[in-house]
Amino acid sequence: MSTGWTREQMAARAAQDIPNGSYVNLGIGIPELVARFVPEGREFIYHTENGMLGMGPPPAEEERDLDLMNAGKKYVTAVPGAAYFHHADSFSMIRGGHIDVCVLGTMQVAANGDIANWSTGAPGAIPAVGGAMDLVQGVKKIYVITQHTTKTGEAKLVERCSYPLTGPGVVSRIYTDLAVVDVTADGFKVVELAPGISFAEVEQKTGTKILPPE
Amino acid sequence: MINKQYSSVSAAITDIPDGATVMIGGFGASGSPIELIHALIDHGAKDLTVINNNTGNGEVGLAALIGNRQVRKMICSFPRSSQSKVFPELYQAGKIELELVPQGTLAERIRAAGAGIPAFYTPTTVGTVLAEGKESREFDGREYVMEAWLPADFALVKCEIADPLGNLVYNKTARNFNPLMCMAATTTIVQTKRLVAAGDIDPEVVITPGIFVNRVVEVPKPVHEDTLIAAGRSYP
Repeated sequence: MSTGWTREQMAARAAQDIPNGSYVNLGIGIPELVARFVPEGREFIYHTENGMLGMGPPPAEEERDLDLMNAGKKYVTAVPGAAYFHHADSFSMIRGGHIDVCVLGTMQVAANGDIANWSTGAPGAIPAVGGAMDLVQGVKKIYVITQHTTKTGEAKLVERCSYPLTGPGVVSRIYTDLAVVDVTADGFKVVELAPGISFAEVEQKTGTKILPPE
Repeated sequence: MINKQYSSVSAAITDIPDGATVMIGGFGASGSPIELIHALIDHGAKDLTVINNNTGNGEVGLAALIGNRQVRKMICSFPRSSQSKVFPELYQAGKIELELVPQGTLAERIRAAGAGIPAFYTPTTVGTVLAEGKESREFDGREYVMEAWLPADFALVKCEIADPLGNLVYNKTARNFNPLMCMAATTTIVQTKRLVAAGDIDPEVVITPGIFVNRVVEVPKPVHEDTLIAAGRSYP
């Protein structure tokens, strides 16, 4: 049985597509791993929406600063050249198109680039949106990292999202455990297959039409 | 000389009435004015509308204020927390109202109130359920949603250094919503770790100019929400 890419390999593959010098915002979960795989010779500056550019890796426990956290409310560090700012400036960077790349996790992504990653819309669920709707509308390129299917085997790459949207038509590229997939005018298109993964398997696990790699 | 200093957190918040709209600074635990919040719990004002990014952690600070049933409505972007059941339980029992606002829109609505801008257009929420019922308009071929300013009666804010005029400096990511809330409330109440003399803060590094601040109280050793939670504490 084929296994495809691990979470780390998915993150490393996404990192390869981020140009040198980019300002990057990473979502919570697998996207956070991207920071570990910056390609040789490149430098990214990480933005965290609670008010810092130049976010560095987590500190040792004894070096934690209680006033230095990221948007996931985890303790982080500041790299030389970092800057702090308030929330309105932080979201001006996002909405104003100053952040180059945002890498997000998702529940569903559609063939037209719609993304649904904030709520299942189930009755009784507590809605919580955070900064996701600002990020998808404002950042220049939205990349998604996600397992190709849910834990129960349902497709996450679908024709139309059944969950409430975070934003319409915003995703440009998706990194899954099976493939790198572009959102094109003709729908999903495989750019690259993970080692040992066939296009037939990707097609079978995708909830809508998907085009093969060239 | 102007002196906005108050002698204690309780003296600084004692006129917050039932039914007030209160902004509380902080993003999760960082920058949360926990001593002012606990004074508000002691004070007992009820029926409050509270504006904060979250709904508190554990059973201290904002979560304790909510748990003490002093809050009628929360306006926030992310009311879930892995560390608190207080808000979710009341919300699911229909005992507290929620206005969910995307984080950037929340920040800008607060800033707009402080800046005298009654409304603005943003691309955030276009094409989503959160835009339903809102006015929208096209600018240069793209759709935007209108959002209104969000003022408050009081703001509770935490900073690192203040002077008696209310000039403020923050610490790292504990800044977050605090400077915006200072601008947007009728009465802004600040707890500071250090109170220094006027002139001791370089005017070039002032983040919040004193014009946005009404009251300053020194809390030299503020407790941190995460430390209280790790110790299993609850308030009162």
